[in-house]
Amino acid sequence: MKPAPFQYHDPRTVDEAVSLLDELGDDAKVLAGGQSLVPMMNFRLARPSHLVDINRVSSLDHVRKDNHSLVIGALARQRTIEFSELAKLHNPLLIEASHHIGHPAIRNRGTVCGSLAHADPAAEWPALALVMDATLVAQSRRGQRRIPATEFFTSYFSTCLEPRELLVEVHVPALPSGAGFSFLEISRRHGDFALVGAAVWLTADHSGICTNCGIALAGVGSCAVRAHAAEQRLQGERLSDSIFAEVANSIPEELDPTSDLHASAEYRRKVAGVIVRRALGVAAERIRKS
Amino acid sequence: MDERRIHLKVNGKQYEEMAETRLTLVDFLREKLGLTGTHIGCEHGVCGACTVLVNGAAIRSCLMFAVQADQAEIATVESLARDGSLHPLQQAFWEHHALQCGFCTPGFLMTAYAFLQENHSPSADEIRVAISGNLCRCTGYENIIKAIRAASPDMKGDTLTTDQSC
Repeated sequence: MKPAPFQYHDPRTVDEAVSLLDELGDDAKVLAGGQSLVPMMNFRLARPSHLVDINRVSSLDHVRKDNHSLVIGALARQRTIEFSELAKLHNPLLIEASHHIGHPAIRNRGTVCGSLAHADPAAEWPALALVMDATLVAQSRRGQRRIPATEFFTSYFSTCLEPRELLVEVHVPALPSGAGFSFLEISRRHGDFALVGAAVWLTADHSGICTNCGIALAGVGSCAVRAHAAEQRLQGERLSDSIFAEVANSIPEELDPTSDLHASAEYRRKVAGVIVRRALGVAAERIRKS
Repeated sequence: MDERRIHLKVNGKQYEEMAETRLTLVDFLREKLGLTGTHIGCEHGVCGACTVLVNGAAIRSCLMFAVQADQAEIATVESLARDGSLHPLQQAFWEHHALQCGFCTPGFLMTAYAFLQENHSPSADEIRVAISGNLCRCTGYENIIKAIRAASPDMKGDTLTTDQSC
């Protein structure tokens, strides 16, 4: 229950950090909030020879607005998003999801980009990145590349990030003006990883016809999933409980979850439909009230 | 062995110590500084027993390396009582029978302390969410909720020890 020895590095700039990653390659892990990596190190499931701690790279500690996106730097904590005025104004879905992430003490350290790079399919941020069509920015000594969320996650706890790359920020588009939104999840205990989670947003015209929407799910496979068929089914329809039920019924066939200790695949499929229906209901209610 | 010299302030007292870089903050507090009030439970961030304040924010000290706390200000459960008197939050735990074996109590106290700094008159449900990351196997939580609620009016403007050596 104690981490294996490692060589500790605490760069002060992004350039220093990526130079270290370039030099150390596969032997190094990046340490940000440490709320996933350190438990794995304490269990010795992870035994990196080198830790590159980016907590003193102050240029990565930011949340700002850039055109139509929130730009969240690699050191922005979950707690920062939870209380961010920018997020409240431009993408309150992120704040609603934050409340499901661990507990305050975990959110005080854990980072948004760390959660994305860790790529737990049951975590909230991969689903948020997909549903908002976020863009992730990776930097190495060779320069920067922008990766669409749809290409970023490759499997359980796996991304297309190279060992020599640092995820420096994520660009999360603002919700469309007047959009309704909802983030719901089912977990065994408050703050646990989701058995199934749903992130949803939708827009409607003045007569209540759905003009655009996003539906993504967590905990239902090797990666978070965007429910494209369900989204297409909803677009152009009048928002109503009956169309939400119909859309929800189509959800299970879009998914290929696995069974584990916590829930069977069948349960996950069924619950996914149920929480998408509930989330669409909440989102539509928010449009009505706005 | 990869070691660093670190400087930090714990409960108002300045320390300078060598620490192996893989040493977690909770082990550092207990073994290097002899501050054994902070307990080690699960060592993977689930039980909350090791919760301390780093620069005012509640964190899991089993998920942070001591070297990361270089230049930080830390408050542990030892900072609550003053001059032999229990802190109002500790007094409320005492009066409401909010502990039995006491193992989880340091973590609950520090979690509740940080929470009551943000919310001066919480509802029982808000307290339930606030302490949902702390496990207690004795009390069934109800008395902890009562104690935190009872202490909340006494917590306005409370500041922890910054100048006393303890």
